[in-house]
Amino acid sequence: MNSVIAPMHATWVLPYRGKVGMACLIAAESAIFTIFVVAYLFYVGKSLSGPTPREVLEPPLFYSACLLSSSLTIHLAVKSLSRGNYPRFLLLWFFTIVLGGLFLFGTAREWHKLIAHGLKISTNLFGTTYYSLVGLHGFHVCAGLLMLAVALLLAFFGSIRREHAPKADVLAMYWHFVDAIWVVVFTVVYIVGR
Amino acid sequence: MSSEAIAIPVAGERSQPWMQALHEWVVTVDHKRIGILYIALALFFLLIGGLEAAIIRVQLLRPHNDFVSPQVFNRMFTMHGTTMIFFVAMPILFGFANYFVPLMIGARDMAFPRLNAFSFWLTAFGGTLLYFSFLGGSGLYGAGNAPDVGWWAYAPLTSRAFSPGNSSDYWTISLLVSGFGSIGTAINLFATTLCMRCPGMKLSRMPLFVWLNFVMSGMVLLAITPLSAAQIMLLTDRYLGGHFFDTQAGGSATIWMHFFWIFGHPEVYILIIPCFGFLSEIVPVFSRKPIFGYPVMVGATICIGFVSVSVWAHHMFTIGMNSYANSFFALTTMAIGVPTGIKIFNWIGTMWGGKLWFTTSMLFCVGFLFQFLIAGLTGIMLGTAPLDWQLGGSYFVVAHFHYVIVGGILFAIFAAFYYWYPKMTGRMLNETLGKIHFWLFLIGFHLTFDVMHIPGILGMPRRIYTYEAGRGWEIWNLISSIGAFVQAIAILVFVLNLVISYFRGSRAGSDPWDAWTLEWSVSSPPPAYNFLAIPTVASRRPLWDRKHPEDPDSRYE
Repeated sequence: MNSVIAPMHATWVLPYRGKVGMACLIAAESAIFTIFVVAYLFYVGKSLSGPTPREVLEPPLFYSACLLSSSLTIHLAVKSLSRGNYPRFLLLWFFTIVLGGLFLFGTAREWHKLIAHGLKISTNLFGTTYYSLVGLHGFHVCAGLLMLAVALLLAFFGSIRREHAPKADVLAMYWHFVDAIWVVVFTVVYIVGR
Repeated sequence: MSSEAIAIPVAGERSQPWMQALHEWVVTVDHKRIGILYIALALFFLLIGGLEAAIIRVQLLRPHNDFVSPQVFNRMFTMHGTTMIFFVAMPILFGFANYFVPLMIGARDMAFPRLNAFSFWLTAFGGTLLYFSFLGGSGLYGAGNAPDVGWWAYAPLTSRAFSPGNSSDYWTISLLVSGFGSIGTAINLFATTLCMRCPGMKLSRMPLFVWLNFVMSGMVLLAITPLSAAQIMLLTDRYLGGHFFDTQAGGSATIWMHFFWIFGHPEVYILIIPCFGFLSEIVPVFSRKPIFGYPVMVGATICIGFVSVSVWAHHMFTIGMNSYANSFFALTTMAIGVPTGIKIFNWIGTMWGGKLWFTTSMLFCVGFLFQFLIAGLTGIMLGTAPLDWQLGGSYFVVAHFHYVIVGGILFAIFAAFYYWYPKMTGRMLNETLGKIHFWLFLIGFHLTFDVMHIPGILGMPRRIYTYEAGRGWEIWNLISSIGAFVQAIAILVFVLNLVISYFRGSRAGSDPWDAWTLEWSVSSPPPAYNFLAIPTVASRRPLWDRKHPEDPDSRYE
């Protein structure tokens, strides 16, 4: 139409849709977690019967450290991928999965202990809110691990190349979100709620 | 430049075996086909939801009527509300957004076409689940079928003790599933708007329809999800023995109300904001003037988006909150009237001094302006906490929100149909039938819902299946019911018009309204690839620039 148009195509850069889409998903998930956190805080100390959080909960410091450090390993993994260092990428990606798996193992152990102490989801309000909030987070860890495992499998057979780094980064965004949410859940459940 | 079509090796629809055509529709990832699927699904549920409304109105026709049993009446108003909000209004608006957002921003499809199809089928599956409750709801208990807990399903009505069988579970899972569909579509619309715009389509040049759907999708992300969370809690209570809403174990029934309305009130704005988008496209074209106050319109919409998440508890004045909460929610409710008023002012400003062209579409827009204004005024009345204590839970509330949803949202949707049907099908909708539809629907609407305020003021509670004679409610209920049937006839005229015009309507051509946005630059219906060459825009009205190279808008922006 006019002469300004030709160079415009070259300079017309829009954000990557994968990142925007994941940011939207994170916003939506944050709203879901907000409601569960509000319910947890609203019901702190309102249980009509025991056990109470102070009696049975112990902060899972080691396993939390595992999950949080997996954010670092996935970040470095994506960085290695974008530089084309495949063995390093595979190793770091694998470490991320191991650390996430360790965290899930920690949750399983904790739940096993709590059930032995007589706390189930139907025991009291604490049980209901605790298992649903921590369980909702655990569900997200599981979903993340599943996606990470699929990516690992693809990477193992050499299907993930340097040009896929932005896509791996989208997955990393989700994983960072899962970790950040754990900081909130940890604070609410093991510090404020106790 | 992109107006001529290229021959692509797709056999004409007519020569295809129907099985193959059906298969293509089921597996499609084309945003236009998915848009039409959304709209078709919504129209199907509109007829079902309308039938339920008709049953309600027949039952209330006269005192002590026994057209349906109280149990069936409860199911009817629950299913009517749930259907109309989740499976009529939302899909129809998503349908239009799906179809026109990519076309208006010069894109060939949505950002995530497969997610788009997945979201649609989730919604369709959710609707099927809701209606499957008529068959499967009684489960092994033989205790009632369809959900009967009201569309907001307050605790403890949904607890195992008061809602045996599976009917409430169908309601819960249906909304959970369709909610995930809505989130998928919202992610898609948001990413499409940010990432798929054609060169030159800056945010400040996007058609207002795109802007408003962009804000709407942001709101869906933040407001539908609390409902999903609350539904997960309800399922936990019902199936795992949880106590979220169990007052016997220290739980709270009120917190369900909060969670529901944190979703419920923004939901109203999720529905009305795309309708504002319809008006912002249609009113300028039929006033032959660009929109008045484009930046203010965008600002007011974003403002509504923010304020709308802080007004929810005005639905809960009657539960007895403290005076601080009452004052806060009354004030925010008043405040949200301001940006909404700005919009009405903008549309009138657009029409002012314009060369008005009263097509059926424009008539529906003008109807919208008046009715939405009145709906807003009764909204201010209900937002005044002391008055709400008097009117809350009465037919006044029912009249108010139907004024918003029918007088506002549905009128805008009809306007959108008459405006964009030519683009979607290549045929014009019949104007004579359209005008009959408009006037019949207008008369029916006012008969039903103007009059319905009165029994509300006289104290008639909502959701009662019958009433005593001699309370002064009879005549108003009779008129409301008659109005409902006039509306039903108008809807049938509309459906008839859709069908007849599809086969017999006059050819539309690519640009029947001499409009200015990019969807009118391609053939009607648009080719599968939308644009032969991706267009470049230099102003808010790219087609004006193309039609008037001697005086383009871009010179003034």
